[in-house]
Amino acid sequence: MKSNRRETGTEDFETAAAKRGNETYVLRLYVSGLTPKSTLAIANVQKLCKEHLNGRYELEVIDLYQQNKLVSEEQIIATPTLIKKLPLPLRKLIGDMSDTKKFLVGIDLKPGH
Amino acid sequence: MVTAKQDPDVLEKCPTGIKGLDEITKGGLPRGRPTLICGSAGCGKTLFAMEFLMRGAMDFKEPGVFMTFEETTEDLAKNFQSLGFDLHDMISRGLIATDYVLVERSEIEETGAYDLEGLFIRLGNAIDSIGAKRVVLDTIEALFSGLSNITILRAELRRLFRWLKDRGMTAIITGESGVGLLTRYGLEEYVADCVIFLDFRIQEQISTRRLRIIKYRGSSHGADEYPFLIDEYGISILPITSLGLDYIVSTERISTGVPKLDAMLDGKGFYRGSTILVSGTAGTGKSSLSATFANAACMRGERCLYFAFEESPSQIIRNMGSIGLDLSRWVKEGLLKFHSARPSLYGLEMHLVTFLNVINSYDPQVFIIDPISNLSSAGTASEVKSILTRLIDYLKMKKISTFLTDLTHFGGNLEHTSEEISSMIDTWLLLRDIELNGERNRGLYILKSRGMPHSNQIQEFLLTDQGVGLVDVYTGSGMVLTGSARAVQDARENAAELSRRCEADRKARDQKRKKTLLEARIAALRAEFDAESEELSLMAEEEQKRQMVLVEDRSEMALLRKGKPTRKSVRNGSGKGA
Repeated sequence: MKSNRRETGTEDFETAAAKRGNETYVLRLYVSGLTPKSTLAIANVQKLCKEHLNGRYELEVIDLYQQNKLVSEEQIIATPTLIKKLPLPLRKLIGDMSDTKKFLVGIDLKPGH
Repeated sequence: MVTAKQDPDVLEKCPTGIKGLDEITKGGLPRGRPTLICGSAGCGKTLFAMEFLMRGAMDFKEPGVFMTFEETTEDLAKNFQSLGFDLHDMISRGLIATDYVLVERSEIEETGAYDLEGLFIRLGNAIDSIGAKRVVLDTIEALFSGLSNITILRAELRRLFRWLKDRGMTAIITGESGVGLLTRYGLEEYVADCVIFLDFRIQEQISTRRLRIIKYRGSSHGADEYPFLIDEYGISILPITSLGLDYIVSTERISTGVPKLDAMLDGKGFYRGSTILVSGTAGTGKSSLSATFANAACMRGERCLYFAFEESPSQIIRNMGSIGLDLSRWVKEGLLKFHSARPSLYGLEMHLVTFLNVINSYDPQVFIIDPISNLSSAGTASEVKSILTRLIDYLKMKKISTFLTDLTHFGGNLEHTSEEISSMIDTWLLLRDIELNGERNRGLYILKSRGMPHSNQIQEFLLTDQGVGLVDVYTGSGMVLTGSARAVQDARENAAELSRRCEADRKARDQKRKKTLLEARIAALRAEFDAESEELSLMAEEEQKRQMVLVEDRSEMALLRKGKPTRKSVRNGSGKGA
């Protein structure tokens, strides 16, 4: 059992490593109404995703005023917040995404720290 | 609330329900405004905030939102449980809403300008879900460690507090104190209405919690540091000011248990509800006097609470058995309750709360502390004084007769309490040693007793197997004598008295003898006189007889000389005829 699991784990890891670069990104952008910050963030995210993810992404833009239940569930404090649901690990990016370098580091497209 | 209706300019206050806090803030926290509670780690900020919400929800029908940045709802529920509140139940009843805000810096990447609208929405949701009137943010400083853009953060916090004010929320914001600052991130800058500082310090291994209102805009407030406690009933702040001097006093008198002492106190004993202090050096009989008082109270059917700081209950019962007091019987009947604890067991504040809790649960008519001087080992003199002041005021308010003993030290001024509480004492008895002729005796006198004429005499205080007794000391011949010296003097006086009495008896006997003698002499004289008088009458009779005989002789002679005269003619003419 134990060794099996480890093998599976290793397999998953290897697959994930192989897939890296071609898997689909699931992204959610939470904004609070159509403020200048919100529109700027939406534009920035769409532009950057087009540039760096070649269609390998699903982006959902959610207005927290419309769906205010999600705010606690997703542990959102700041807006705009971009959550990278997949691939793991989960990442949170806050701000209007005008800092491209930090955005790319944030969604693991560029090695950061 | 009422004042606000009368005068809209007056700051409306929101009662916290926390014991004592509403007194020192004169009504509570500013309604519809944020209040900052700051202090070091473990000073009770979260508990303070929790109790504020709980009391609000339970006692004032004001539901509250607890937004926590540090603990999960589950942890929070456990903390609430420690105060006896069921958080889950209150959440399900819509009295409390919680929201756990997780701020994890490692998960967050800042990519440009942002705001904290997410937080506002969450708070708004929680407030709307239960119609909250109170909000707690514990501890919002977590944002500073989670987010790096201080400029945005400060602007947003300012907006948050304004937003809370606009929504009319009475809010508590907690903050950890920093070096040289009330809070680490200067939250006091934003929350300018009311700032309360909690302090937790340890002096000589005994911890004391203190609370101070640093600022309360638009309201007067107590400015002192108030000690407070956290126990299973929550927070209790015990300000001196919460108890006024406007209690009603009793004119009823109660016996001291020593008839002679009652007599010294205007013949009636202590006033009910008064505060009695017995001070004296070691071994002068303070405990015996307090046990006697307790015994007397129990005999009247009153409940008596006995706080012993030196002896265990069983030791007191055994020792008092030796002076003829059976206290165990009252314990069995539930009229007497002992509470023994070492003063150093916990801090003074805890002692006070223990006093109050036991008093409230047992509801005694008589309360004894033996001795109060031991409390000074648990704090400084001024702290002891403050504790005792509050305790005495509380007991007076409840009309409980209080009997305190105070151990004065040899060489110290007897008429001086180590706790400087003499001004709070109504009746002060002093027990002192009187050393004379190589022996030590106990003397008792009344130093003061408010509201009654009392004896100014020193009485000798005796402990016998019949209980406590008082004996008049010898005060004659310009001397004060006690003990055997008094007994010797008494004996000497008795002897003198006896001889004086004998002398008087002898004189009386003498007089009696003289009287008898005189009477005898009178009788003799009388007898002599009688004899003389008898003789005299006899002589007179004889003379008469002799006269008669003479007459007869003469007539016979006349007869012989002149023939036979009649007896008549003889008689008539006897002289002529001759």
